[in-house]
Formats: sequence, C-alpha cells, structure tokens
Amino acid sequence: MDTTLSATDAPVMLASAIETDCVIIGAGPVGLFAVFELGLVDIKAHVIDILDKVGGQCSELYPEKPIYDIPALPVVTGQELTDRLMEQIKPFGATFHLRERIDSLVRMADGRFRLETDAQRVFLTKVVVIAAGGGSFTPKRPPLAGIETYEGTSVFYSVRRMDAFADRDVLIVGGGDSALDWTLNLQPIAKSVTLLHRRDEFRGAPHSVDQMRALVADGKVALKIGQVTALHGEAGQLASVTIQTKDATETLAVDRMMPFFGLTMKLGPIANWGIHLDQNLIKVDTSTYETSEPGIYAVGDINTYPGKLKLILSGFHEVALMAQAAHKLINPGKKLLFQYTTSSSSLQKKLGVK
Amino acid sequence: MAKITFIQPDGSQQVVEAAPGMTVMESARLNRIAGIEAECGGACACATCHVYVDAAWAETAGKAAAIEEDMLDFAFDVRPESRLSCQIKVTAALDGLVLRVPGKQF
Repeated sequence: MDTTLSATDAPVMLASAIETDCVIIGAGPVGLFAVFELGLVDIKAHVIDILDKVGGQCSELYPEKPIYDIPALPVVTGQELTDRLMEQIKPFGATFHLRERIDSLVRMADGRFRLETDAQRVFLTKVVVIAAGGGSFTPKRPPLAGIETYEGTSVFYSVRRMDAFADRDVLIVGGGDSALDWTLNLQPIAKSVTLLHRRDEFRGAPHSVDQMRALVADGKVALKIGQVTALHGEAGQLASVTIQTKDATETLAVDRMMPFFGLTMKLGPIANWGIHLDQNLIKVDTSTYETSEPGIYAVGDINTYPGKLKLILSGFHEVALMAQAAHKLINPGKKLLFQYTTSSSSLQKKLGVK
Repeated sequence: MAKITFIQPDGSQQVVEAAPGMTVMESARLNRIAGIEAECGGACACATCHVYVDAAWAETAGKAAAIEEDMLDFAFDVRPESRLSCQIKVTAALDGLVLRVPGKQF
C-alpha cells in the first residue's frame, strides 16, 4: 500500500512535469466553480477528470434532468448548468485533462505535491483541491463469483491494446455503444466474437446495430440473448462462462470477456493518500475546507463536516472560502483585499468585462 | 398511505407505509431498506434500486418505460418482473404491494 504523504526525495522528471499553483481533481459543478473563485484571487488551475467530458454527475448521470435549487435559476438541466459554468469560468483559462485519474499524490521535500495520473502525466503543485464528488467513475463489475481474479488477464472493461484480443474467443456483454463498438472492432482480429445481451434490443447507435446484425447474419458474430451466471477457469485464465438464456443454460468456451454495464462511483486512489476520512468522505475544517493535510482542500460531495448537505450550492460556498485559504497558503504574508465583482475594477478586469 | 412489503434475499420482510406521490425507492430509502442503494438519487441513471415485483402485482405496478428498460441493461440478474423502484410511483392502488430485493445490486 502506498501511503504517500510523507516527504520523499524520489526523483522528479522536471522536463515532463507540469508546474502549477493548483490542481483540481474533478470537473463537476463544484470543481468548475472552484476555477472561478481561485481565478478571482489569481490562482490558475489545472483540472483533471476521469470522464471524457466536464460536468461530473450533472453531465454523466442526469444531463436532461431539471435541477430546481440553484439560486436564481428556477430550473436548469445538468447539462445547461455545466455549460453555463464553463462560460462563467472562461476568463480564467484553466487547463483541462480529461479521461485521466490522479493515481498518486506525494508531498515533496519543498512542501509542494507531486501528482501523477494513470496516463503518467505529472503535476507539481502548491495546492490540491479535491472536488471528486461521489468518487471516480469506474466501470461496474458484474457481481460474479471470482471475477476479480480474471480482471486484467481475461476480463477487461476497456481496451488498452487490441492485440490482447487477437486470435481469442471473445465474449462481449452489454447492449450500448461500447459493447457494439468493440464487437465491430474486435471481430476482424479475434478468433470468435460472441455478443451477449439480456434482450434483443440495443441502445447503441442505429448504424452500429445494423452493422452488428449484418455480421450476425453472415455468421461472423454470434449473438446470444441472456445473462452470464458463472465464470470458469483457473489462475486468472478464463476458459468458459455459463450463460442463462430464456429457456436454457449454456456454456460458452471463451477466454476473453468484456462486460459493459455502465459506470459507478468509487473513492479510488484518494483513500491511499493519508488524508483523514470518515466513512469514505474527507473531513475538512469549515473555515478553510482544508483536509487533515495542509495544502489539500476538499469541496463538494466528497467532504464531510457537521451539518454537511450534499448540495451543489453548498459546494459553491465551500470553494469561495477554500480560495481565500489557498491564496494565503500560496502567498504567505500577502494581504488579500476582499472585493465584490459588482464594484471592483480589478476583479472586473480579470473577468474581462472592463 | 400504501403498505409496501420488501422481501430480502434471506426471506426476511419489512413493511413500510408509503405516501402516495412519492416513489417506491424514496419510501425504501426513508425506511432504510437494505439493498436499495439508489446511487443516482432517483434520476433513472444507475439501476441500483432494482426490485422484482411479485407476480400478483405485476399488472397494477405496470411495465417499465423505454428509458427504464434501457437502464435495466445495467442491472444484474434482470427478470421479466424487474423494475427500478425509483420509477414506480406510490398510489392508493398499490396498497399491499410486494417486492423482492435482488441478492446483489451492481
């Protein structure tokens, strides 16, 4: 286990590292508004998110659903709120790194933090703002006995290297675009491809569905309607799976499986960073939203304190206070004049409205 | 009020009083029914409030709408009687409803 908050003198490859004042983990509404509040006090941020788009749960879970408790917006959808926040934070020029997850966080000898993503991108930063909401969006793991022993060897939730599937008997489970796309992409290189879905209706793009149906008609892809009930194999090598169809139990000889059952939220690597947690939430001081580690802040749904409410509007308040504290930490001894956007010419200049 | 019975995989039962207008998922969460996780909070976006409707109640509870059927693709061990409890509105007609909680939510 890498509990990594102790000072380290591990070599840092400065050439490739991004040096910055602030890294925000999570591009949900609270992470986005953190860009705004930090921007007002001249702190530039890099924002990292595991999803392929900004907005967090608002765009991933409920882009079309109305939200009724954002002050001054009687009704706004998750997507519209995200779009409006992106417009609002535009003047502050944050840099976004999507489809990446911060996997490690280490405090360096000079007091800054070294963060590394799963794509080996390295940040050296003075402050870290964790705005990770319900945690990192992670592919759902079907609750099949022993599945974890096959993960990374026979069971995959994404494709890192196509050749891992070459000349293999591949089972793809699911009915959306991911399942269809990989059925189409792996069919030419795999020994066999079986697509398994619980019903003979697919959510994916109509033309992908048509292409899949054509391959099935040509005998190039096997389509089964049913669900996986058991995995068989040993030492991480899948040999076959049991599936339940409408009126039969079948065994399919496959040595690769890709389940596509959507995403769920998991705390993920944050748990290993040595920050004090309370039931998978990060404890913070409500005057600064600082965690148990100086320089690391937690805002939005991921934090906890007496009276905490998981509301977007609470997160907006939290980032305002956090930005003041972060400014103090980054600029020791420098006085920060509290100002209003309505009247301050310096703030208006930063916002690009003057 | 409508009485709703939740039957757990081990056979134990909980009966809750649900107010018409709320969803079955909300009444389950309010009464801390084990196995109804409702990760997305009722947006029909996660399939973690999956239940099996007792055969006697299938017709009254109704069928899953298209968006709910799509989301049931993300549930485990889906059966013809599967529903997402956030999509079942409590009505007086559902007084006595019996639901089974699946062995596993995703």
